[in-house]
Amino acid sequence: MSWYTAHILSIITFLPLVGAVVIAFLGREKASAIRWTALIFSVLTFMITVCLYTRFDPQNIKIMQFEELSPWMVLPPVNYHLGVDGLSALMILLAGFLTPLSVLVSWSSITSRPKEFFIFLLALETGMMGVFASLDLVLFFVFWEVMLIPMYFLIGIWGHERRVYAAIKFVLFTMVGSALMLTGIIYLYNITGTFDLQGIMSHLGAFSPLSPTAERWLFLAFFIAFAIKVPIFPFHTWLPDAHVEAPTAGSVILAGVLLKMGTYGMLRFCLPLFPEASREFAPVICVLAIIGIIYGALVAMVQPDLKKLVAYSSVAHLGFCVLGIFVFRPEAIEGAIYQMFSHGVSTGALFMLVGMLYERRHTRLISEFGGLATSVPIYSTFFLIVVLSSLGLPMLNGFVGEFLIIVGSYYSHAAYAAFASAGVVLAAVYLLWMYQRVFYGEITNEKNRTLPDCNFREKLILTIIVVVIIAMGVYPQPFLRRMDKGVESLMLRMEKHTVIMTDRTPAGRVGVGR
Amino acid sequence: MIPHPVDMMRISPEILLSAFAVVIMVMEPFVSTGHKKLLGWMAMLGIVAAGGATAHLSLFAWPGMGPAFNGAVNADEFSSYFIYLFLFVSGLVILGSMDYLERDHAQHGEFYALVLMGTVGMCFMATSTDLIMIFLGLEISSISTYILAGYRRSDPLCNEASLKYFLLGSFATAFLLYGIAFVYGLTGTTNLLKAAAELNDPLHWTSYMRAALSAQLGAPLPWPALGQVALILMFVGLAFKLSTAPFQIWAPDVYQGAPAPVTAFMSVGPKAAAFAVLLRVFLGSFSSASAFTFWVLWISAALTMCVGNLGALWQSNIKRLLAYSSIAHAGYVLVGVTAGGSRGISAVLYYLVAYALMNVGVFILIAYLAGAGERLVDIDDYKGLASARPAVAACLTVFFLSLAGFPATAGFLGKFYIFRAAIHSHLVGLTILALLNSVVSVYYYFKIIVAMYMHEGKTETSEAILPWPVRAVLAVSILGIFWLGLAPNGFAGLSTLASMPLLK
Repeated sequence: MSWYTAHILSIITFLPLVGAVVIAFLGREKASAIRWTALIFSVLTFMITVCLYTRFDPQNIKIMQFEELSPWMVLPPVNYHLGVDGLSALMILLAGFLTPLSVLVSWSSITSRPKEFFIFLLALETGMMGVFASLDLVLFFVFWEVMLIPMYFLIGIWGHERRVYAAIKFVLFTMVGSALMLTGIIYLYNITGTFDLQGIMSHLGAFSPLSPTAERWLFLAFFIAFAIKVPIFPFHTWLPDAHVEAPTAGSVILAGVLLKMGTYGMLRFCLPLFPEASREFAPVICVLAIIGIIYGALVAMVQPDLKKLVAYSSVAHLGFCVLGIFVFRPEAIEGAIYQMFSHGVSTGALFMLVGMLYERRHTRLISEFGGLATSVPIYSTFFLIVVLSSLGLPMLNGFVGEFLIIVGSYYSHAAYAAFASAGVVLAAVYLLWMYQRVFYGEITNEKNRTLPDCNFREKLILTIIVVVIIAMGVYPQPFLRRMDKGVESLMLRMEKHTVIMTDRTPAGRVGVGR
Repeated sequence: MIPHPVDMMRISPEILLSAFAVVIMVMEPFVSTGHKKLLGWMAMLGIVAAGGATAHLSLFAWPGMGPAFNGAVNADEFSSYFIYLFLFVSGLVILGSMDYLERDHAQHGEFYALVLMGTVGMCFMATSTDLIMIFLGLEISSISTYILAGYRRSDPLCNEASLKYFLLGSFATAFLLYGIAFVYGLTGTTNLLKAAAELNDPLHWTSYMRAALSAQLGAPLPWPALGQVALILMFVGLAFKLSTAPFQIWAPDVYQGAPAPVTAFMSVGPKAAAFAVLLRVFLGSFSSASAFTFWVLWISAALTMCVGNLGALWQSNIKRLLAYSSIAHAGYVLVGVTAGGSRGISAVLYYLVAYALMNVGVFILIAYLAGAGERLVDIDDYKGLASARPAVAACLTVFFLSLAGFPATAGFLGKFYIFRAAIHSHLVGLTILALLNSVVSVYYYFKIIVAMYMHEGKTETSEAILPWPVRAVLAVSILGIFWLGLAPNGFAGLSTLASMPLLK
């Protein structure tokens, strides 16, 4: 194995940071050089993530691939342990995909202090990659926390009117969660003597040393941290603030990648480490997820502000992901993972589109628009495709994930599926209604008549996204294939646990596992 | 009687520091006004010499580690760790204050002599194994810092700080002395080892009373009641120096009033020294009282963290804010002391180094940004600093992130080790409280970051280029913060080694 293959994850993780350092040495007046450096490094990183994803072998019996392991701290033993399975490889691909697009989106909109902006953006990418690649709990926590700082600055410096409030709210909410998670991590170490995820998993195997009470508390410690990040219904209040106040690139990364860290954490830690507690809490979580789906959709419907509408639609979409995870069905979990990726693409695209509109008109109020389809036809077409993908039209990316989740949740509980389907309908309502108000009808505001249509850079960004949207909707197999082994082993782990712990007859679980 | 050379060698760092302090005082009248900086370099030389002496003690076979002066002091790994820390802190403070004093026209030799004498006191606190010696060390270091706190004598705020510190400080030392008197009354000795042995002796005169009590309660032999009184009194005396709640009232006023480099010195040095005593007495010698001291420490830790962090939320003066923050940090360290054991002690030792790096760095930097006479110490004065002086703002950000405990910095690993020790000792509740407290602390540290980065400012903060010794201090502390945050193995090993003597 060549040096490159052996260290591909480290390269992906730290290449953006190298880019940030390079930018730090450029003069602050050389804005164009700074932008190009940021673009080159993020595109380079993206190319390597594509390389990683294509080289990821779905048939390999080793679920974690491209592992890197070297000691970091001696006492307590913390390792620099990286590795990816189908889930984390996909998330890395997503982060790698969205960062160059975010750079492009900020090309002309970030005029004040571009140097710091791109440094923070690249540092953020390093944080995201690290979170998805870490297989050591402390390492994971380090990236998880470090990532907050660049995001904080992105919102706080380049955001809109209430940016300082939104930024600190985002940080404090996340940190309350991570405080609990750190306690949980250290407690787990105290029981198992290791911070290594695989080591802990083998300790917590069939004969778990955890008492049910301890498992419940630990589950909650981790789950609340992730639930805040997702965010699940009662913890969601930071999200509209952060999304609306963030600059476009910040919203794209926030919605596209950062929210996925919550659902990723649930799949990576909550389910495999605490299967019993997960099952115990699943009904509550599923209900909360459905509340999120319906509530997010209803609130999105009445938003006068485009960006807020997209922000609340994220609450609804992420509700689907959480539901998919906590019905414990392989197809639903695959759907959830697929939905995580496709939500990143389509909601990221929606934020970019709203940002482009904001650059032209400096307002995001729906009532300010109307009849845009005649003045900016190309823009409107792109917007329509993205809206359709977001509401889950078949043959576009949003459909695959939602369909799999609804199918899976039907097997688990028909009511879940019913409510989730209602959510799909509501999504169509708020998105299409918004589209109608903004783009159709007469031009009511004279300012909208002379809007310039997309320029080359914007067309480039949107074309790339539309290609991905269609490709993912038509041919999801390459993505799903790479998840199979990981999901299978997750299901197996949860099953094995249940058999030994509760001694139920296998007949009760017909159809689980493929 | 001439002391044995081995005895002398074992306190050679203290002797060297005292000698240099005296030499500086003698030289002072002979050095002309323009060249007073020379005395500062003289003091640096003294620090380096003392560092060499400590290195000699810890590395070479002769005279080697061990007790001296009939067990009044004991040079061991624990004390050398602290002596290195104190020398490091005073070195940074002296390096960082030379140009500060020049700017404020307060360049006098006493300053350096007093810093050195304060360091002597602190070193004795860490080395002593006799309660009277501990008391003497505490007094030497306290009196030096009382004077240093009022160093800018024309400034009324500074005078107030000094007087307040002096009055409350003397009151607190009286408590410590009273506690020592109780120990002496119980055991007939002030030597820690002998006193501990005496109290654990089944033939001690309190034993049969305690045995009767334990038979009555069906519980293990309790610590004698008078001993508990003694421990409480000593704890109160130390708690004042540690500025732990409810004995923290003086800290904000004094830290705000004292010149910023002195605040740097006093928020780290005497505090670390008091922790050294606390560890040696409460976790080392009198560890058999742990069932009793546990709750004293637990309550004190919980209170201190909450008081410090909640108090800091409302501050707009940056020195006052950092005063509350250092109260909060004392609380985190107390969590480690409460946890105890090898993990707890080494975590405390690690944290103190991390804390020293961040606090000295931040106060020295603030001293320079405040301008002549320290006028610019309000958070509003930091508005727009990031556009005016990006490098300085970046340095401050690193310090604040480390103080807030973000990963990749020393502050995080320090907390991480402490929480690991705490959870190992089943202090889950206290750990969660500490972690939530550190979330609260993010709010006020970020308040300054917000001012620096997210507001357009009047940027009145002193425009002067930082002199190179200050840059050196900043470079050392920032590199140290990242070193301890990213490659902790060396220091973690050292702190474990240093915790050994207490666990014998």
